[in-house]
Amino acid sequence: MRGIELEVGRSEIVTLIGPNGSGKSTTAKMALGIVKPDEGVASRDKALRVGYVPQKIAVDWTLPLTVRRMMTLTCKLSRQEIDAALESTGADQLIEKEVGHLSGGEFQRVMLARAIARRPDLLVLDEPAQGVDFSGELALYELISQIRDELGCGVLLISHDLHVVMAATDQVICLNGHVCCKGTPSNVAESAEYKKLFGVRGADSLAVYRHNHDHTHLPDGRVQQADGQITEHCHPEQVAVADAAKVPPRDSDVKSDQHA
Amino acid sequence: MLDDFFIRAVIAGIGVALVAGPLGCFIVWRRLSYFGDTLAHAALLGVALALLFEINLTIAVFLVSSGVAVSLLFLQKKATLSSDALLGLLSHSALALGLVVLAFLTSVRLDLMGLLFGDVLSVSRDDIFVIYSGGAMVLTVLAFIWRPLFAATVNRELAEAEGVHPDRVNVVFMLLMAVVIAIAMKIVGVLLITALLIIPSATARRLSSGPEQMALFSALLGASAVAMGLNGSLRWDTPSGPSIVVACVGLFILSLISTTWIAKFKRATSKLRQDKKHG
Repeated sequence: MRGIELEVGRSEIVTLIGPNGSGKSTTAKMALGIVKPDEGVASRDKALRVGYVPQKIAVDWTLPLTVRRMMTLTCKLSRQEIDAALESTGADQLIEKEVGHLSGGEFQRVMLARAIARRPDLLVLDEPAQGVDFSGELALYELISQIRDELGCGVLLISHDLHVVMAATDQVICLNGHVCCKGTPSNVAESAEYKKLFGVRGADSLAVYRHNHDHTHLPDGRVQQADGQITEHCHPEQVAVADAAKVPPRDSDVKSDQHA
Repeated sequence: MLDDFFIRAVIAGIGVALVAGPLGCFIVWRRLSYFGDTLAHAALLGVALALLFEINLTIAVFLVSSGVAVSLLFLQKKATLSSDALLGLLSHSALALGLVVLAFLTSVRLDLMGLLFGDVLSVSRDDIFVIYSGGAMVLTVLAFIWRPLFAATVNRELAEAEGVHPDRVNVVFMLLMAVVIAIAMKIVGVLLITALLIIPSATARRLSSGPEQMALFSALLGASAVAMGLNGSLRWDTPSGPSIVVACVGLFILSLISTTWIAKFKRATSKLRQDKKHG
């Protein structure tokens, strides 16, 4: 991966999309400081409170761990805070269950509840909807934007799904080893195809990020442009501009300009 | 009371078991039982070096064990071998080195059996002091790092993302392990230290629903196993260290049977209640 530049500000939802192996999770891990970039920097505000929902974690069955204890894994919380967070993700029935006995969707709800109960400044969600049933998925995305409004936290969201990105997403970044393209998603409430596909209720909370790939990715990571020219990045002129003008962004939680 | 060798043995053994229980839980959760063996083998090298340089045995064992623990962390980062291969490498090089050094000490008469199987009946008042002060220190530090250490045990990346420093707590944990090995060696011996660490924890797993509860149960089960084992050893004139471990295994089997019975009983009563409702 190289040439990734992104920042998440307060109350901003940034969504990373891209095919498998495109470096979405690695980018998130670099932003979190779990993976150190080989080149470039990933900087966070000092004393930034982070809530993280990893893509995949397996809880060892040798661990006697109830959902209640899982909630206070990295910090102390009051009973009310635990109950409120679990209730908001629809997991309040699971509080006494062992984490190892949860289904995929239940586990995901608990993990999200755990991340938001900390009242984070930055919420990093790596495919939070995996294993969650479809109506639950819509509610989940609604919840994420609700949490953002409530806590004023920045959200870095990873989705493997090109079509289902939240209407509230402020910025969509399409990754494929580098930033292919980024921009705001256009609202699809008017789009007849999407109303047909997801129903009227679904269309209200879903948006499509329209983008056309005018270039092809070569196996070695370089890019063949529409005119047949081969370049290092999809948008060589943008990369040049971004490198030239490194103005530190104001009021932001996370900046990362990474090459790994 | 402390004049009686048997009472001293029981007090010392219980002290060690109370510390070994909570640490043993982490050994079970992190699947590190081979790590306990490795440190125990390193302890033998510690004994040999203590005799060679005429220094305090407990301190020498602690230093060698923590040296091995730290080199394990270092090798895990650098080398391209799996952890169990690294543990095997460290474990047996320490053991072999220890035996080679012991061979140089022709003038010293060494109670090898006592070293391997423990010599709890010969503990002195000083030993008890070392066990309880060392043990209190270990438990205090463990309580202090409990939340981050447990978080890093559940998931390292999640813990690190949310502000825990897994490497830091791992080093502290390994040093605590080295202390426990050093003070437990006299009680159960090099060969059986791992048993005292993991069997009470394995027993507690079946009985507990939370990590803190499991640590507490593990400590209490270990302490009762010590009392039972030592009493058995007095009555039937069996070696004390192995008798303690046999008592641990006995409690484990008992927990296996009783939890199965409890589950059966619960199922039967709930069925009865349902029948009543419908009937």
